[in-house]
Amino acid sequence: MITVQASDFIRILPQEILSAFAILVMVFEPFLPSSRKVVLGWFSLLGVVAAGAAAVRTSYSLGPAFNASIAADPFSIYFIALFLLVAALCLLGSFNYLQRDNINHGEFYALILMGTVGMCFMAASTELIMIFLGLEISSLSTYVLAGFKRHDGLSNEASLKYFLLGSFATAFFLYGIAFVYGLTGTTNLMTLSERLSRTGTGGTPLLWVAIVLMFIGLGFKVSTAPFHVWTPDVYQGAPAPVTAFLSVGPKAAAFAVILRIFLGAFHAVGSVSFQMLWLSAILTMVVGNLAALWQSNVKRLLAYSAIAHAGYVLVGIAAGSAEGVSAVLFYLTVYALMNVGAFILIAPIAGTGERALRVEDYTGLGYTRPGVAACLTVFMLSLGGIPTTAGFLGKFYLFRAAIHAHLIGLVIVAVLTSVVSVYYYLRLVVVMYMREGQPQATSEPLPLALRVALATSVIGIFVLGLFPLLLKKKGEAEASPRHTKLAQVR
Amino acid sequence: MTLLQIAFFFLSALALASAILVITRRNAVHSVIWLIVTLFSVGGIFLLLHAEFLFAVQVILYVGGIMVLFLFVVMLVNLDVAVKQAQFSRQWQLALATAIILMAELAYGIYRGHQGFTLAQTSAVPPTIGNTQAVALALYQDYMLPVEIASVLLLVAMVGAVVMAKRKLE
Repeated sequence: MITVQASDFIRILPQEILSAFAILVMVFEPFLPSSRKVVLGWFSLLGVVAAGAAAVRTSYSLGPAFNASIAADPFSIYFIALFLLVAALCLLGSFNYLQRDNINHGEFYALILMGTVGMCFMAASTELIMIFLGLEISSLSTYVLAGFKRHDGLSNEASLKYFLLGSFATAFFLYGIAFVYGLTGTTNLMTLSERLSRTGTGGTPLLWVAIVLMFIGLGFKVSTAPFHVWTPDVYQGAPAPVTAFLSVGPKAAAFAVILRIFLGAFHAVGSVSFQMLWLSAILTMVVGNLAALWQSNVKRLLAYSAIAHAGYVLVGIAAGSAEGVSAVLFYLTVYALMNVGAFILIAPIAGTGERALRVEDYTGLGYTRPGVAACLTVFMLSLGGIPTTAGFLGKFYLFRAAIHAHLIGLVIVAVLTSVVSVYYYLRLVVVMYMREGQPQATSEPLPLALRVALATSVIGIFVLGLFPLLLKKKGEAEASPRHTKLAQVR
Repeated sequence: MTLLQIAFFFLSALALASAILVITRRNAVHSVIWLIVTLFSVGGIFLLLHAEFLFAVQVILYVGGIMVLFLFVVMLVNLDVAVKQAQFSRQWQLALATAIILMAELAYGIYRGHQGFTLAQTSAVPPTIGNTQAVALALYQDYMLPVEIASVLLLVAMVGAVVMAKRKLE
């Protein structure tokens, strides 16, 4: 007989508060006139802040909850805080965008909050069924958000493509879960890892099949190389603040699941996971960075860059050590700051209906709008991994972890491809500052909410770039207790 | 070969054959009807495994509810146009080859690893409890949270469907 205690509910407090706010947004929505829907946006932001406070409360009563299907551990708190940060930045970046493009419906904010709930559950679950439900919640809300510009052909295409391919990928993940259950008789990750190491089922080809199937499903979400084809089209078609959200949120959540499943539960069969991660990391870095070289649309360029960054994170995961995990955690936060910042900044530059999206449209932006250009330059330098920005240290920690795990080949590919990537990031900077011309980009001043979001990102990038230990210490603390077994994986 | 085995193989063959017919029929109404046959045969397999509750749910919800909805949608779609359109994309040979390779891999995995499945028997339902009772215990005790969270999932799906399909959003 399992009893539910009050502590169980405290351990999922952030998710509960986010869901409650999402429902309240839907309740208030019909009573607000179209011009005042932004109130719901600020209300959602309040919900995100409240969930942040709840996460602090949860961190004082850590432990398993609901029959060990949820683990409130430092690992999940870290990810929940990251998702809340991403949600807050995207909300701040979307207020003006929604009004301008005349898609100002309260459902947008509710879906952002619901998507965040799904991601929080993905990171906090130690039960495959719960992970699957979290994955579906976050996926469904992002499918709809991608098509939120309902009268725009590209947005419709993005939504449909994302939906069809995403459902397909989820089916693979579910099929993998079914095989795992058939082999071990459990869907709980703790029990799973115990049974696998005790019975030595690790050798059966069927488990390899299950691992690969699950990786396909998750690899789709993080857009690793053979499964990345949807990324540019979806990122291009989705409204820019949504692109910011889905290029970071679901990706980080899927990485959290990959860490829990492949490095945690399946550590008994580490060699299979390792070969798969290794191959996928190389493919992802090469494909992402090379394809980005030929892009003329800024959103597509950033989409390929997002693919490449997933490759760097896989390098850290392939390292399989506690050091690698801590580097991955650090990198995901840095990546969130710079990628969200870049995407929400693109929206006001592109103007109504996102017309000015080509690289040439940015000509001379450095002189007509120095502030905007400076922010974008910071994001590009950080994405390219230039020292003093957090992007550099993030990559440095990832590659160092890989070297300590003797993955020299992988690190060589990673370093070479990130050198290549500097070309396309700097191309944008060069166009902005060193070419004469009248920019196509619009020149309306940035709204206050967007300024706050951008300032947070830029300051975050420099603070983490100069004083990384503020966060890195936390990352190490979070990685060490749970992943002590990881050192023996390979 | 026992009677149970004969029934199992018959139902499996029926499920596979009708599933192939679902995706190859030109007429969408025929596809839906073959899908009903597929769902019925899977329901029969549930019954063979003494999962009476799943059988009932399969028949009532899927065959009864969801399929009727499918039929409604199919009736609303302009079928004459759909019949004339090319049924498969140009890449169907490639898709078929990929599907066969994937099937071979799965078959190899299952063939080499089916001994591993003995583990799963530890979680079989003790015969003293009825199947419906066992499902209820699993859903409302062991998996209470997933059942609750599934409602969040349904809410998101509902809101999403309205956002995508409503003619005019306020």
